[in-house]
Amino acid sequence: MAYKIKLENVHKAFGRKVVLDGVTLGVEKGESLVVIGGSGTGKSVMLKSILGLITPDQGSIKIDDREVTHLAATKRKDIMSKFGMLFQGAALFDSLSIWQNVAFGLIESQGMKKTDAKEIAIEKLRRVGLTPDVAELFPSELSGGMQKRVGLARAIATDPEIIFFDEPTTGLDPIMADVINDLIVECVKDLGATTITITHDMSSVRKIADKAAMLFKGKIIWHGPRSEIDHSNNDYVDQFIHGRADGPIQMEVLKP
Amino acid sequence: MNFLQYIGRFFIDLLAQIGRLSVFAKDAVVAIFSPPFYFRLLWQQMLHIGYFSLPVVGMTALFTGAALAQQIYVGGERFNAESTVASVVVIAIVRELGPVLAGLMVAGRVSSAMAAELGTMRVTEQIDALVTLNTDPFKYLIAPRLLAAVIVLPLLVLVANIIGVLGGFIIGTQKLGFNVSVYLNNTVDFLEAADVESSLIKAAVFGFFVALMGSYHGYHSSGGAEGVGKATTNAVVSAFILILLSNLIITVNMFGN
Ligand SMILES: Nc1ncnc2c1ncn2[C@@H]1O[C@H](COP(=O)(O)OP(=O)(O)OP(=O)(O)O)[C@@H](O)[C@H]1O
Ligand SMILES: [Mg+2]
Repeated sequence: MAYKIKLENVHKAFGRKVVLDGVTLGVEKGESLVVIGGSGTGKSVMLKSILGLITPDQGSIKIDDREVTHLAATKRKDIMSKFGMLFQGAALFDSLSIWQNVAFGLIESQGMKKTDAKEIAIEKLRRVGLTPDVAELFPSELSGGMQKRVGLARAIATDPEIIFFDEPTTGLDPIMADVINDLIVECVKDLGATTITITHDMSSVRKIADKAAMLFKGKIIWHGPRSEIDHSNNDYVDQFIHGRADGPIQMEVLKP
Repeated sequence: MNFLQYIGRFFIDLLAQIGRLSVFAKDAVVAIFSPPFYFRLLWQQMLHIGYFSLPVVGMTALFTGAALAQQIYVGGERFNAESTVASVVVIAIVRELGPVLAGLMVAGRVSSAMAAELGTMRVTEQIDALVTLNTDPFKYLIAPRLLAAVIVLPLLVLVANIIGVLGGFIIGTQKLGFNVSVYLNNTVDFLEAADVESSLIKAAVFGFFVALMGSYHGYHSSGGAEGVGKATTNAVVSAFILILLSNLIITVNMFGN
């Protein structure tokens, strides 16, 4: 099977802290993979490694069968243009207005005319539930949830082949969260995009995942289709999806 | 840790730092000369660095030129050399004080602002976002800053020189009793093309260091608000030191023989 994205035995440590400890994972073309896992287990680091923003210490990452592990992010223009990324903290450019943020890839990377790019930007903003009057504001004038949605609009603006969503529904009300879930499903079904979504929200998992994977202690400890997530026979997965404090995953909290 | 080990560690760290900085500077210079060029951003930076520094640079030059004239007059009086005020003021301002003071003032204003802005972009992942949108941060963020500073600082220093001399002129003619046309003649007679040349060369070099230090420390900052604060301080301090050191080197090379 040809994978769109393939990670093999990827390791990454920051100083003495081991974050990824042999991650192996494949994502097929047109597949929507959801990655779950506790806070601080390295989910964001994994996405950044695939994007080349972080260079792994060991292992191999392939995109469309091309080895990109040690290709610095700035030296992979052709590959980067396949990607859209929603950062966990939105990462909007605060010196640019909202529509300029959304249109950035269209203007700078694809060389589109400003007026055309603005039209597309406003259309994408509408898709994430933001009205055109927001377009002229600046990021600092928006609430956290609104910033997140602008980040989402920016990630999908160029209709990329591969889209990463780092916690797309965190900080949104349940109704808006569902709108965003629908939007992600649409991206996969209509545009044929390959997506990796990180989320802690089980309703998102059930709605958007073709497959799910769980990251724990730097490894993928479970990987399977959505239908099997409730019968995984994996105590870690069970504990996580039911959000129980008791189980094999022990949170390191000091009790008084 | 024993003492030798400490010294060794210090020099290895220093060399590593210099190495990183050199690679950064090389990448930045390459980015200046390779497309795409962001003229709008260049223009923005030129306004930021140049136009908005005019008041503070102008005032510094004015007060310093004036104080200098007074001191030279008092000092010169002791061996009947009061008449040298005009010529010494113009040479001191154009050769040394104009570029150095303008450089330091701009470093204080601009290096810190650059480090804070780029540092914030780094820790809030805006630089990562830029990369994923297929835009080279060296071309988009750093090249415009560096080029703008190298273009604009010589212009600022030219203005600083004129205002500095004017400061001396005002004290000289209004307080110390020099004749206006004599003072002006002395000023013009003593000024040589090489003086102005050195002034502008220094300015361009200082501009490069101001923007390089601001960009380097900002770009490589980490660790949230505290990291950005550290980057800002380091940018200003290192820009100051590089300005004063390169000033000495240029002065010795151009006027030493
Ligand atoms: N640039 C970095 N330098 C040092 N440590 C880092 C860096 N980036 C991440 N880490 C560490 O790697 C670990 C994993 O971080 P990561 O952001 O991937 O977590 P996560 O799984 O996305 O968690 P969350 O669900 O809270 O977002 C954390 O312990 C973090 O401290
Ligand atoms: Mg994360």
